[in-house]
Amino acid sequence: MIPVAFDYERATSTEQALSLLAEHGDEAKLMAGGHSLLPLMKYRLAAPAVLIDIGRLEELSYVRDEGEELAIGALTRHCEVEQNDLVRSQVGLLAAATSQVGDPQVRHRGTIGGAMAHGDPASDLPAALIALRGSLVIDGPSGRRQVEADSFFTGFLETDLGEDEMLIEVRLPKLPDSTWSFQKFNRRAQDWAIVGSAVVVDQGICGVGLVNMDSRPIRATAVEEAIKNGSSAAEASELAAEGCEPPADINAGMDYRRHLARVLTRRGLEESGR
Amino acid sequence: MQVTIIINGETVSHDVEPRTLLVHYIREQAALTGTNIGCDSSSCGACTIHVNGEAAKSCTMLAVQADGQEVTTIEGLADGETLHPMQQAFHECHALQCGYCTPGMVMAAISLLDENPQADEEEIREGLEGNLCRCTGYHNIVKAVLQVGSDQ
Ligand SMILES: Cc1cc2nc3c(=O)[nH]c(=O)nc-3n(C[C@H](O)[C@H](O)[C@H](O)COP(=O)(O)OP(=O)(O)OC[C@H]3O[C@@H](n4cnc5c(N)ncnc54)[C@H](O)[C@@H]3O)c2cc1C
Ligand code: FES
Ligand code: FES
Repeated sequence: MIPVAFDYERATSTEQALSLLAEHGDEAKLMAGGHSLLPLMKYRLAAPAVLIDIGRLEELSYVRDEGEELAIGALTRHCEVEQNDLVRSQVGLLAAATSQVGDPQVRHRGTIGGAMAHGDPASDLPAALIALRGSLVIDGPSGRRQVEADSFFTGFLETDLGEDEMLIEVRLPKLPDSTWSFQKFNRRAQDWAIVGSAVVVDQGICGVGLVNMDSRPIRATAVEEAIKNGSSAAEASELAAEGCEPPADINAGMDYRRHLARVLTRRGLEESGR
Repeated sequence: MQVTIIINGETVSHDVEPRTLLVHYIREQAALTGTNIGCDSSSCGACTIHVNGEAAKSCTMLAVQADGQEVTTIEGLADGETLHPMQQAFHECHALQCGYCTPGMVMAAISLLDENPQADEEEIREGLEGNLCRCTGYHNIVKAVLQVGSDQ
């Protein structure tokens, strides 16, 4: 399978990437690791006329301690996030979720920014970001802005990113004393989640993000509320599928996905000490 | 577009279309046919090579992404007639039958031990999750990787 022909541009700075985007408009696509985009292009489900390769922007590959928050550059690869000491000690849930992405080959190439910008409800990382109450830093012609995870994911493969904008950084509040659990149910080791549940508990407050339970990555608000109001893990997890419209496909129907969301969320809460 | 790739230690330059997949470049332009195409959809690992020493699936990369980078394929492992220790272990442990998955499996296994030289059986099984083998049932592959790990 070979993609439709395109013009290739390799960006050497964030600034240049943004000006290439401005120049080519909706004809262009950014490529980071290419591990979501290239498969789509090979199947010809995507056919950008111009491909802007941002994969070499070293300036956006970092994990930084910024006081209350951790800042992770958009081009930081999964293998770097998963092994990073700051990530492991401050936002352990993200390290755990990242280590579950695909296989080592995928984690050597795919980036945290690509995983967020792709906006796939089946992706593991957006659910972890939602649970951790993280946010995203976006740059574009009208300047930098920061968006909360909940408002970033707007629909199936759709995000708040404008066509001329670029994701720069992922920011996460540091939670060194949190307990957490990433529950992923899949058929084979390297597969995507049929359903996943990302749970973090910090000083009695819990965050729960769900994988593949709606057209976009979502928060299990009812579970979080129930825990806040003193419910047990068993009681709260019963509400995990509330308000969700999960997909139905060859792996699972809607009811089975709802069942999985409840079971996985209960396990996640229990493993997090609730 | 002109790409220059250091492939198995040798610097080579070719003119490629930007849409050329790295695996096609390796097999057809660099004429190194040891790297196989299995699924062509990022799942089976038959096309695994190293980019700057790290395992990657060459069916899910463009040749232009490897421009200026170091690529190692299965052909780049042996030193003359002397097999790489991982190739030798696959041979000794009978870690292949038809051999189709083997080039990718060997490349993935070397990258795995580079990152975790003391990998135990479970870590090896997990670390090779991106490589499918339809013949061996994996036991002897895991045995071969364990043998190289304990020899290091
Ligand atoms: C075999 C396989 C298995 C996988 N399994 C899993 C899994 O189990 N769980 C999981 O979560 N993921 C999985 N993935 C997806 C993987 O995590 C991807 O790496 C990730 O989703 C996309 O990252 P990327 O850097 O490759 O992005 P790309 O493919 O380069 O880009 C994806 C999209 O985001 C846009 N984009 C990228 N970077 C930016 C940016 N900085 N600013 C704005 N837009 C940007 C691109 O234009 C494109 O639309 C798998 C992928 C493969 C090939
Ligand atoms: S051919 Fe590349 S992963 Fe199967
Ligand atoms: S030896 Fe035949 S596929 Fe592995």
